Amino acid sequence: MSVNLSNYYVDGDPIADSSAPDVPLHETWDQRRFDANLVNPANRRKRTVIIIGTGLAGGSAAATLGEAGYHVKNFCYQDSPRRAHSIAAQGGINAAKNYRNDGDSIQRLFYDTVKGGDYRSRESNSWRLAQISVEIIDQCVAQGVPFAREYGGLLDNRSFGGVQVSRTFYARGQTGQQLLLGAYQALERQIAAGNVEMHTRHEMLELIVAEGRARGVVVRDMVTGEIETHMADAVVLGSGGYGNVYFLSTNAMGCNVTATWRAHRKGAYFANPCYTQIHPTCIPVSGDFQSKLTLMSESLRNDGRIWVPKEGGDTRHPRDIPTAERDYYLERRYPAFGNLVPRDVASRAAKQVCDEGRGVGPGGRGVYLDFASAIERMGRKAVEAKYGNLFEMYEQITGEDPYEVPMRIYPAVHYTMGGLWVDYDLQSTIPGLFVIGEANFSDHGANRLGASALMQGLSDGYFVLPPMISNYLADAPFEEVGPDHPEAVAAAEAVRSRIEKLLAVNGSRTVDSFHRDLGHIVWEYCGMERTEEGLVKAIDLIRELREEFWRDVKVTGTNEELNQTLEKAGRVADFFELAELMCIDALHRDESCGAHFRAEHQTEDGEALRDDENFAYVAAWEFGGEGGKPVLHKEDLVYQNIQMKQRSYK
Amino acid sequence: MNITLRVWRQPDSDAPGKMHTYQVADVSEDMSFLEMLDVLNEQLTIDGEDPIAFDSDCREGICGMCGLVINGLAHGPGKNVTTCQLHMRSFADGDVIDVEPWRAEPFTVIKDLVVDRSSFDRIIQAGGYITAPTGTAPEANSIPVNKADADAAFDAATCIGCGACVAACPNGSASLFMAAKVAHLGLLPQGQPERHSRVLDMVDQHDAEGFGGCTQIGECTAACPKGIQIDLISRMDRDVLSAIAHRK
Amino acid sequence: MWRSTIVLKVAMAISGLILVLYLLAHMYGNLKVFAGQEAFDGYSHHLRTMGEPLLPYAGALWIIRVVLLVAVILHIYCAVTLWRRMRLATAGGGGQRYESTKARRGNQRTYASFTMRWGGVVIALFVVYHLLHLTWNTISPGGASGSPYERVVNGFSIWWVVLSYTVALLAVGFHLRHGVWAALASLGANTSQRRRRHLNVLATVVALLITVGFLIPPFAILFGLVG
Repeated sequence: MSVNLSNYYVDGDPIADSSAPDVPLHETWDQRRFDANLVNPANRRKRTVIIIGTGLAGGSAAATLGEAGYHVKNFCYQDSPRRAHSIAAQGGINAAKNYRNDGDSIQRLFYDTVKGGDYRSRESNSWRLAQISVEIIDQCVAQGVPFAREYGGLLDNRSFGGVQVSRTFYARGQTGQQLLLGAYQALERQIAAGNVEMHTRHEMLELIVAEGRARGVVVRDMVTGEIETHMADAVVLGSGGYGNVYFLSTNAMGCNVTATWRAHRKGAYFANPCYTQIHPTCIPVSGDFQSKLTLMSESLRNDGRIWVPKEGGDTRHPRDIPTAERDYYLERRYPAFGNLVPRDVASRAAKQVCDEGRGVGPGGRGVYLDFASAIERMGRKAVEAKYGNLFEMYEQITGEDPYEVPMRIYPAVHYTMGGLWVDYDLQSTIPGLFVIGEANFSDHGANRLGASALMQGLSDGYFVLPPMISNYLADAPFEEVGPDHPEAVAAAEAVRSRIEKLLAVNGSRTVDSFHRDLGHIVWEYCGMERTEEGLVKAIDLIRELREEFWRDVKVTGTNEELNQTLEKAGRVADFFELAELMCIDALHRDESCGAHFRAEHQTEDGEALRDDENFAYVAAWEFGGEGGKPVLHKEDLVYQNIQMKQRSYK
Repeated sequence: MNITLRVWRQPDSDAPGKMHTYQVADVSEDMSFLEMLDVLNEQLTIDGEDPIAFDSDCREGICGMCGLVINGLAHGPGKNVTTCQLHMRSFADGDVIDVEPWRAEPFTVIKDLVVDRSSFDRIIQAGGYITAPTGTAPEANSIPVNKADADAAFDAATCIGCGACVAACPNGSASLFMAAKVAHLGLLPQGQPERHSRVLDMVDQHDAEGFGGCTQIGECTAACPKGIQIDLISRMDRDVLSAIAHRK
Repeated sequence: MWRSTIVLKVAMAISGLILVLYLLAHMYGNLKVFAGQEAFDGYSHHLRTMGEPLLPYAGALWIIRVVLLVAVILHIYCAVTLWRRMRLATAGGGGQRYESTKARRGNQRTYASFTMRWGGVVIALFVVYHLLHLTWNTISPGGASGSPYERVVNGFSIWWVVLSYTVALLAVGFHLRHGVWAALASLGANTSQRRRRHLNVLATVVALLITVGFLIPPFAILFGLVG
């Protein structure tokens, strides 16, 4: 390696998860629950838990903890908890029910998850996820989630990328919506019962750590601009992922890293920030004005066939290109899995064919996803029943009819496997700060399989967090800490001065223009393919742009009003810091694994080449102080139940 | 293409508002309507003017956050689309486009095009749920559901709670929103125990919020981005009558 | 609960349908005018002796009158209450509350649905006038008479009487076009998109039947085909 890594970070002590009990894997969760301390129902009312976010993780946690009798304060930046971005998940949710009798089991779901994650996830967490998956479906059905059903009235399943069994439960192309509405309705019931205090249009801007514990948050009322301090016995972050660092992603406009980044700056380690998932089936970019990318469910790959012309520069209408002159490259390269290879593999393959000049559509960044043979085989009606809403969505955006012309798709940033480091209890390195759902790093390793995000969000919120937070709160009461505690006052003051600083710059460039530039840098150098040279360059570019941001950004208006520019500015400011850490993480991980593809490390076939000898660990980064270098703490990944091997989907 | 926009500007809920005219040049037909507003806002920011506040989040038609009355129609022209899915190819060069917030008394304007829809959450709080505390659920396949009912429940459950039905309704009624939830839960076996109390409580909350009554005009269903059908309102009326008849 | 928007709409629907049934009976009676004076006056008298001896003279008629009166009062009470709620919910603007004038007709709404409230007021005023004229004979264009048949023929021989009657009947027609559909839907009869179409066809048929049925006698009289 030519770069001196010590210019970018310093090595710290190793870190380890000490909370998973040392018992055989399949007994871990039962043993942990048994060992956990309980809180007397009468005492729960006296314990306040703050939860940031109302998605599948945050919403289900708030509903469950409210039901259990805790006093819950729940915050979201949207105008209603029902709008959290989990709502946009399309495809489905996995569960090892084995309803299809096709050989599925908890063990197999566990195995698929670890393998799909390219052996970079923690065994104990992935096992628990597979184990709980079964209960989630039961819970959701009881709430009235209208999953797809067979004519006999029983639940239907379909298969999803990266696996060979049918274990995905779905509600047409709107599974996330239906699951979230289930959690939302349960949450609203607890709000009506007075157990949960809901604060919508409130954004967390600082974490309060006092006497060694997370004890509260500072939030901004996005309507009045008031800076509020809320205290609690524990704080839970369910604030989602950071895909919007790329500017263009399938995330919602408001998705941001601020909650987790602020916690990181207060001492929570950030793990594997470079593991970002690029989803293979999104609608290609159409212009500079584009504000977001739209995902087309991965389920489309069940029946659609992906191809590009064999020769570059073939501008014929796709229907005029004979089969012999088409390259169904996924089916060719991966005969066993075909179009159903995992996301990272499919995305990279699309990038490769486009790099070869065989991409289609304006700009040549696109591949065909063709339903002609599915329509021939199943009939248009059956295709419509399965994918109708997705086809409509595609037509609305592109103005093209996918029944007649093949869809054009291209990979886009979709999910972030990295996040705040947590132990088996989902507790971060700050006592009393718990992190759930996409916001934490724990279950998916270097790549997440389709239909597993919903599973993890609900697993954490409904089933894992509640007993673990009770275990923590069993030690309460903690020291008396009020809003006038010096740490709380300082946190609120920090928020105010940061806002004043943003408003005072009064430069000449808009927040979005900075965000777009930042996105270009990260996408170019820390996207689907990374190189040492590119990452070094990216870090410099990010630092320059960040410096320019604080010198030349223009934020109009005042704090004391609904000010969407100010909201965005605060988020982008944090994205700058995160982007740098992502690149440093990607630079230090001198191997390819899952979604992290370093061009220097690939097999002859162009597949990701891991270096288990040197990199079978979680990189947990400690904040190095303003202007300081981040500190790397390694958590070794020990595989006792699965043998690490080169992933193969051939 | 070049567009003239007439946009409702209102600094906050207490201040009066009025329509303000803006020119937007070089609009691409591939832009979404909200991206066109983004472009305008970038320009306003550079010029030191207050950008237009409007709500949007997922921008793929599912979160329900966006919602503008465009040329007098909730979510603008086009069937089954949210504002964020509306593209400029629906308009022509030289068009004058009117942009206003949802209007109804329970939907207070917070700023410009942003309104308060918390009344919808309170209607759900009143009864729009099935009581199923975490951990109490029976095995999922122990409750078979007739496929036709499951599909109908799903159709009703696709409501995104955007409020277009209220914005479009000449009476300012939220009947379609409420009826969709009543139907979703009422069609499923899990929803039967609370079926009667649910509908009565939700209707009471709907009225208490200050929404108007339904006169079966059908503007709601025409504006609904998810194509929720008006027969669900009739279904809700039947449920109300049945609930009253079975009151204990 | 009893004052909920839905219960009020149900009350409006039931009272409205009672009035529709009455209109159908009334229309049938009117058409007797073609059977001549004797038949028409006989029918009129029969209305008073109907139900005897179980009921006293004019007993059945009074029962009908009371039912109608209650229905009308209930219908108007609910309409006014719901109208006020609409005003409160839309800051008085109703369907015209947006600045934009480009979609004053909404997406798909019918003319009939626009005219429900003012049409209702027109109908109410007409009913008063109609009772003063043909029931109580307080006002008697064309000359008073003890014979209902003569009152009808005298009145409808005058062009402006027929004109005012026509205007009112058109208002009734529009009111029923939307009202019958809305009433049935509010009572829960709209069970599918198909049924929605059927109910709307039914409403149109009822509206046309009643409007045309009521307009035949006055025009027949005006053009000298009767009397």
